[in-house]
Amino acid sequence: MSTMTSKIEQICARYDHDRARLMDIVREVQEAFDHVPREAFGLIAEHAGTHRVEVESVVSFYSFLSDKKQGDVVIRLCDDIIDRFQGGDEVGETLCKALNINFDETTADGNITLEKTACIGMSDQAPAMMVNDTVITNLTPEKIPAIIEQLKANPDPQTLITEVGDGNNADPLVQAMVKNNICEAGPVILSDYRKDAGLRKTLTMTPEEVIEDVKTSGLRGRGGAGFLTGLKWALTRSSPGTDKYVLCNADEGEPGTFKDRVLLTERADLVLEGMTIAAYAIGAETGIIYLRAEYAYLRAFLEDKMNQRRAANLLGNNILGKEGFNFDVRIQMGAGAYVCGEETSLISSCEGTRGDPTDRTPFPVVKGYMVSPTAVNNVESYCCAARIADMGPGWFSSIGTGKSTGTKLLSVCGDCARPGIYEVPFGTRLSDILERAGADDVACVCVGGPSGQMVGPAQFGLGISYEELSTGGSMMVFSNQRDILEVTEAFMEFFVDESCGYCVPCRVGNVLLKNRLERVRKGEGSQGDLDYLQRLGESVKYTSRCGLGQTSPNPVLSTLKNFRPVYNALVKDNGSGMNKSFNIMKAVEEASAIAGRRSEIFHA
Amino acid sequence: MSKPRVASTSLAGCFGCHMSLLDIDDRILQLIELVDFDRSPIDDIKHISQRCAIGLIEGGCCNEENVHVLHEFRKNCDILISFGDCATMGGIPAMRNNIPLEECINEAYRDGPTVYNPQGITPQDPEIPLLLDKVYPAHEVVKIDYFLPGCPPSADTLWAALTALLTNQPVELPYELLKYD
Repeated sequence: MSTMTSKIEQICARYDHDRARLMDIVREVQEAFDHVPREAFGLIAEHAGTHRVEVESVVSFYSFLSDKKQGDVVIRLCDDIIDRFQGGDEVGETLCKALNINFDETTADGNITLEKTACIGMSDQAPAMMVNDTVITNLTPEKIPAIIEQLKANPDPQTLITEVGDGNNADPLVQAMVKNNICEAGPVILSDYRKDAGLRKTLTMTPEEVIEDVKTSGLRGRGGAGFLTGLKWALTRSSPGTDKYVLCNADEGEPGTFKDRVLLTERADLVLEGMTIAAYAIGAETGIIYLRAEYAYLRAFLEDKMNQRRAANLLGNNILGKEGFNFDVRIQMGAGAYVCGEETSLISSCEGTRGDPTDRTPFPVVKGYMVSPTAVNNVESYCCAARIADMGPGWFSSIGTGKSTGTKLLSVCGDCARPGIYEVPFGTRLSDILERAGADDVACVCVGGPSGQMVGPAQFGLGISYEELSTGGSMMVFSNQRDILEVTEAFMEFFVDESCGYCVPCRVGNVLLKNRLERVRKGEGSQGDLDYLQRLGESVKYTSRCGLGQTSPNPVLSTLKNFRPVYNALVKDNGSGMNKSFNIMKAVEEASAIAGRRSEIFHA
Repeated sequence: MSKPRVASTSLAGCFGCHMSLLDIDDRILQLIELVDFDRSPIDDIKHISQRCAIGLIEGGCCNEENVHVLHEFRKNCDILISFGDCATMGGIPAMRNNIPLEECINEAYRDGPTVYNPQGITPQDPEIPLLLDKVYPAHEVVKIDYFLPGCPPSADTLWAALTALLTNQPVELPYELLKYD
């Protein structure tokens, strides 16, 4: 106990006993003790200047934190529908067999814990899993026994890496087997660019001019919501407050998305350049990259990039000699919570609390991180901003469509020959992208992930843009071999797991949607159940507090709209008015056992 | 032409919704002008005698007999209305849904503080309908066409809904008849 006490004191001291760094503190405690012991909650609270309940709520909220002792090695198998369709379930069974445990259990010797986790951003090389922070891709059941043997012999997961991926995945600080899979490089982000030219030009302009340029370029948020970036910056700049913040949303949790993974690997400098430009435009001195826990393998590499930039005076005080322009960035690690990709949740998490969304108004641009004006932008948006600063708004807006300027990075995965990253100008038709990715025999594409929409061949002619098919980047392809409603149900399961539980429509509504969908899939539904799904879906969408609940019914609503015949085939009504889902024999089974007699009214 | 027939029943309810029906007061005379009552607690007819236009369901289903009655109503009525919160959502009886059935029975018949049952017998006479594993709102068991919320729905609500249906008018209840505070 005393070693624990001193260790915890040490950790808290390293973060200046700052309650806002609670995320980092509990993460370190977990690393030190393989869990966050309940006995430590009070101690952490005491040394971080907060309350026990705050510590407990953080530990219980994030899926990568645990108050139960875990093994030195924690295996987290990616349980996303793409992985399942590529054999993830068989990999899971083999893992259980090889370890002789079930999911959410630890081996008898206490060394290895096995869990499932939501999409880890490797859908282009699925099935994949994380072993501590190390990512293992392209799994097959045949590979598992050797992996487990190796881990038993040497618990350092890095020893599992025999071949590193391309580009910076081979960097000594990354050493990941992850492949970039850049299939198409577009003009804005993935082609060669002049490093820091945008930042140099920016520093010759006034902040107002920089914002004006971003406005003129028509740049909209790349995370999916599509808010005008220039307007966001202008609002953050004009909001009263002395400390302002630039946050980079690298919590790429939308299943099927992995473009930020590639950007952070191959365009880390461009991201940091964009953040620095934003800081200059807004008048901010502090930046935070909120990095999802699944991408922890990139952390040391990113820290190093930041150090290099500090050494080159691209971060720090009086950047590039510009008197009074000071800006630095820190990384805030997430801990496995999809909702933290929602900007107000992300801010809550950066402040060291549960990743609960907060009410707006006030918007983060007025009162965000530390109740100060904050601009939260997507990784890709910062890349675009840096390129706009260099090449000019006219160049940028000449690419794409009128209302959607520039290019979009798409993470294409699922049933196609060439999964990977495609940087395409806005307006590119879905059918073109499918063709380039080698996807023939497509029944359905989920555009924008579970929170986006599921579209069928009738919509394949539409263009990728904010006006037609809007997406944060996820594009999952499903062939005619797949059961579309199985996909829908998996997505609803995902939202049930990831709802923060704060508001009723999302916490309860998603469970009800999933249960009713299950009923329909079992063939026990009626037309009335489809009406129910539609009505309830709309209610959840309309009444939820944050973007998660406002989009979570989309898998149901978009399939009801675009794949109605699939549903109709399942709900053939026999006109009796009796619900097929109600089974009287099952309903009286228990009472019949207690009374020791059969039902006198209903008996087989 | 014969008058349309109306049947009503109270399943796992408290008869409060039926009391509310009686609260239409002297309008019951007008109602009788419009309809004939078939099976109902009001006239004590035990089974539906012929096809009915409307069946009013009070209460959800807590036992097999409730299900049996509800089936009879569904088979013999053109329109079924769940009236009151118990029929619509399970209501107070559904509070037992989070407690295992055996625990409920033990508390009620064997272990409760006011229970005298030295032999620890659980009721099992064949005349007593078996309880269901949980209380179901009516629409979980059969198709329900209309829902009238309220605990109970007010006499005016019932009157407005019934007269609209019987005179082929759309059932559009004003906000005052659907708000409860």
